[in-house]
Amino acid sequence: MIDWVLLVIAAWIGVGVLGIAALRQFKLVARILFPLGGLIGLALAFAALSALPRAPEIAILPIGLPQLPFHLRLDSLSAFFLLIIGAAGAGISVFAAGYFRQGAGTPPGLLCCEYHLFLASMAMVVLADDAYAFMVAWESMALASFFLVTANHKVPEIRDAGFLYLLIAHIGAIAILLCFGVLQANSGDYTFAGMREQSLSPFWASAAFLLALFGFGAKAGMLPLHVWLPEAHPAAPSPVSALMSGVMLKTAIYGLLRVCFDLLHLHLWWWGVTLLALGLATALFGVVFATVQTDMKRLLAYSSIENIGLLLAAIGLGLLFRSYGMNALAALALTACLFHVASHAFFKSLLFLGTGSVLHATSERNLGHLGGLLRYMPWVGWLMLVGVFASSGLPPFSGFVSEWLLLQSFLFTPGLPDPFLNMFIPIVAALIALVAALAGYAMVKFFGIIFLGQPREENLRHAHDAGPWEKAGMLWLAAWCIALGLLPNLMIQFIDPVTRMMVGEGLAKQAAASGWWLLAPTSIERASYGPVFFLLGIIAASTLAFLLVRLFYHGHVRRSAPWDCGHPWQTPRMQDTAEGFGQPIRQIFEPFLRLQRTLPSPADTKPFYKVVLNDHFWHWLYLPISRGIEYLARQVGRLQQGRISIYLLYSFITLLFMLFLVQR
Amino acid sequence: MDNLITQLINLFAAVILMLAFAMLSQRRILTLIHLFTLQGLTVVASTVAVAYVTHQHHLYYSAALTLALKCFLIPYLLHRLINRLNVRWDIETLINIPTIMLIGIVLVVFSFNLALPIAKLSASIARGTLGIAIACFLLSFMMMITRAKAVPQVIGFLSMENALFFAATSATYGMPMVVELGIALDVLVGVLILGVFMFQIREQFDSLDISHLEKLKED
Amino acid sequence: MNLSGLLSQFLAIMAALLLAPLLTGWVNQWRAWLQNRSGPGLLQPYRMLRKLFIKESVVAESASPLFRMAPYVAFGCMLLSCAIIPTLSTDLPLSPAADAIALVGLFAMARVFMALAAMDIGTAFGSLGARREMLIGFLAEPALLSVLFTASLISQSTALTEIVENLAHRDFVLYPSLAFAGIAFCLVSFAENARVPVDNPTTHLELTMIHEALILEYSGRHLALIEWAISLKLFAYSCIGLALFFPWGIAEAQAPVALILAIPAMLFKLAIGGFLLALIETLCAKMRIFRVPEFLATAFLMAVIGMLTHFLLGS
Repeated sequence: MIDWVLLVIAAWIGVGVLGIAALRQFKLVARILFPLGGLIGLALAFAALSALPRAPEIAILPIGLPQLPFHLRLDSLSAFFLLIIGAAGAGISVFAAGYFRQGAGTPPGLLCCEYHLFLASMAMVVLADDAYAFMVAWESMALASFFLVTANHKVPEIRDAGFLYLLIAHIGAIAILLCFGVLQANSGDYTFAGMREQSLSPFWASAAFLLALFGFGAKAGMLPLHVWLPEAHPAAPSPVSALMSGVMLKTAIYGLLRVCFDLLHLHLWWWGVTLLALGLATALFGVVFATVQTDMKRLLAYSSIENIGLLLAAIGLGLLFRSYGMNALAALALTACLFHVASHAFFKSLLFLGTGSVLHATSERNLGHLGGLLRYMPWVGWLMLVGVFASSGLPPFSGFVSEWLLLQSFLFTPGLPDPFLNMFIPIVAALIALVAALAGYAMVKFFGIIFLGQPREENLRHAHDAGPWEKAGMLWLAAWCIALGLLPNLMIQFIDPVTRMMVGEGLAKQAAASGWWLLAPTSIERASYGPVFFLLGIIAASTLAFLLVRLFYHGHVRRSAPWDCGHPWQTPRMQDTAEGFGQPIRQIFEPFLRLQRTLPSPADTKPFYKVVLNDHFWHWLYLPISRGIEYLARQVGRLQQGRISIYLLYSFITLLFMLFLVQR
Repeated sequence: MDNLITQLINLFAAVILMLAFAMLSQRRILTLIHLFTLQGLTVVASTVAVAYVTHQHHLYYSAALTLALKCFLIPYLLHRLINRLNVRWDIETLINIPTIMLIGIVLVVFSFNLALPIAKLSASIARGTLGIAIACFLLSFMMMITRAKAVPQVIGFLSMENALFFAATSATYGMPMVVELGIALDVLVGVLILGVFMFQIREQFDSLDISHLEKLKED
Repeated sequence: MNLSGLLSQFLAIMAALLLAPLLTGWVNQWRAWLQNRSGPGLLQPYRMLRKLFIKESVVAESASPLFRMAPYVAFGCMLLSCAIIPTLSTDLPLSPAADAIALVGLFAMARVFMALAAMDIGTAFGSLGARREMLIGFLAEPALLSVLFTASLISQSTALTEIVENLAHRDFVLYPSLAFAGIAFCLVSFAENARVPVDNPTTHLELTMIHEALILEYSGRHLALIEWAISLKLFAYSCIGLALFFPWGIAEAQAPVALILAIPAMLFKLAIGGFLLALIETLCAKMRIFRVPEFLATAFLMAVIGMLTHFLLGS
């Protein structure tokens, strides 16, 4: 199977190379190469699907340095993530075929090359089985995405965002490299197989865990390393944002799972608590910021931070159970995590793609200038609604299932040997419920302000719906959101081998026992959820009501102007703005935010109101660090004198010093 | 039957905790006094329940003493006090009740952790309530910190004593009678002295807002 | 899935559909009496529903299909929630389809649909109502979940029927944690059902509206469905409260006599609950909107303390 997977990845790289060959032939790139990439993604998804339940397969690719080939391994964990990369990538590629327009910035062929290299490197990250291959793939992923983010590099903000992204990605990469250094435990063997053999002391295992947490956390957008995310994701073109938010962040989750559950054999309880606390803080932070955003792509980027937080919390819970040897419960928590990985990949990609279509139709990212688009872009609007429901965790869509599984795994904690933790964890569950409810608020704001109400600007009335390619891509992703929501047992069958590999237990047996339509992770008495019946119940009740009303009464509808409360006129400006909709949250969570407000004086004839919302972390963490570094650099800068003889003197002193060292 | 009464003691403990939280987030001074009386009553009820289950007769006496003091005498004194100080309908400006309650929850978790090893040693039937007693103690303490007016602070002090009494009953079936009498007297005298103080504060500053005491600081 | 299960399921749905307006009428009647008014009579909600169904529906020019869909979805959600809450019997074939968490999801679904529909018209009050409704929702939802968590921690299950069986038909035990949960639940249900300390269901002043602002644009049969859904929601919340805190009288599986007895028991409990609701509504004054987050945060924290107490006193 692994040969097929490698072939598929090679095909992606091939498409990228073809893109270089057809550098400026826009039609060819858009209509042939991108759909081809989508098809390859589909093939990858199928290959991964068939590889999921199989035993691990190993391949050695003789690329790179002599004596240092790429070790690759396809096991259930990597197959699951390949499935996500392939399936989400397919939809996004098809969308991209219709999305990219001719214009300024990177030529289309180069964009196509970077895009497919990005996809291929993500797949390679997941397949890598030694530190060398992993780091090569990881770095090429970071670089490819960096160039994609800065596709429109003429804009200074985008350049800044790209720089920040690259910087944090590299600080993270250093931590990952160090983590591998700790994991190989002086054996000099950098293959993952070698690392699995090592048994580390608790101290070194903790060091490896913390380094992995830092490194992968930086990529995932964990607090306080999240600052690049809301800058870089909105800056990129929409399909790239979708790929980064929906898929790339998941590779960091993959890395964390790989290190915690595969490479490390020791599990300490405080690791789980750390992850839980960090995840919760990240989720809460992300969702509060998402509700107060006024830029639609930034809102989604913050919502990604929230989802990453939930994933981290689930992993933390899994680690906690694992450290106490409660493997069945660890499997439940990890199933929740992996399910959410899948569901977030699809709904967030869908939402980002939708913002891309809106952006094309209106060339407007600011929520304050949008509105009423459901009438002019019905396809995009209704498909986005599916994503919005999934994202707010409403049954029977995919987001709810993962939320449900996560809450279930939290409620199982009374069984931990530590009473303090027993008491602590239900509180976390309550806070997760709060996060989920706030996500609903953010999503109602997102959808309501863009698609509902009256258009806030005149030119929105000429907005056009998305083209066939874009529709097809979004349809594919929306179908996944619905399918995952309605048939969770099917997905759990796929997740089962993965958790079995990580903690030795899986949920498939119980899931199969209760029938395909009922999700009951432990037993029906304990908890159950039947999404199909749920949907049928709502549909039946609604349709019955509809038919009865029609039958007994009548279907007359009169159209008229909306009720204006006696005002002489009503304008679209009277609707809630994005700021207005987020205002209650801003008021409640004011300590979270750094507010800068300019209020107009009452006598002002042209009043101007301005609010700038900032992140405390910039002020408290990043600015001091950057100031420190600047100071150090200035000190080092004194060495620079501009005279050749002084530079020669530096070399001379260095030479003398080296000779002195050699002599000793 | 005994089983039910043990559950009843737990219920009383929960009610005491609930009242502590209610006092923490109550703005009106008059309601605060009512809540305090109610808390005293609950403490009495739980003491009687413990006495009934364990047949410790001296607990009946201390319950009666508490009833007389905490449910009748001190509330009466407080009512008189707020009438004469004319602060009966005063409302305090409390900032951000949810935050205060959040800190309260952290305190509850903390005191549970604190009580865990002690409760394991204790043989009392109500040992599970020790954590709640400690939590109530800390909550009352916090109430004293967050209040700006003098009367609520005094009520905080008194409810702290309630919590201590409850802790003593639940952990070791109460303190020796002499100690209890002494404490009761102390509390009474404390209330009287604090009452006198309040008049003095008002004389001095025309207000019961104790932030005025900062003016006494020498610059 | 047997005959008696189907029967009790059918009975539960019919009871909800028919009795929900009666409960609303009962509460309104008592409120009128307590406020020294003569009141419109118990059957007024039925008369109103009938009249609204007959009347013509006026829909705003700018309304999209979402606006016309929302009442049906809200009604469907509320009916389904009444079908899975054990009102009369714990033998409900539909109940495995949704547990306590899914029930909260169901309420959230109805809320999100109504909020989106209110924003759809694009009037100032519609979006104001949507914002306020979501503000209440985001705090009430986790609070309700925490209340249900407390109950499910006690009975080691999140299935509502299982919780009720455990609370009603096993040994009688006093649960202190349920005292906290009960208070939190009361606060939440006032907020969720747009009752007086939070919202005034009979207000005609647009600026103070929360729930009414959401449905300002609806008329005719759409409004009838929404009003019915609101009644069903009140009924559902009352039944959750009764099931969690006063579960006695709810029939078990295969017990036809108990099922027949369960109807008067439920009526009796609902009558008392409705009276208490009217009493509290009469005694309380409506809060300012800015106090509502504080009110609901208190409810949320109360529910969390309830969970804590379960562990404090449980171990």
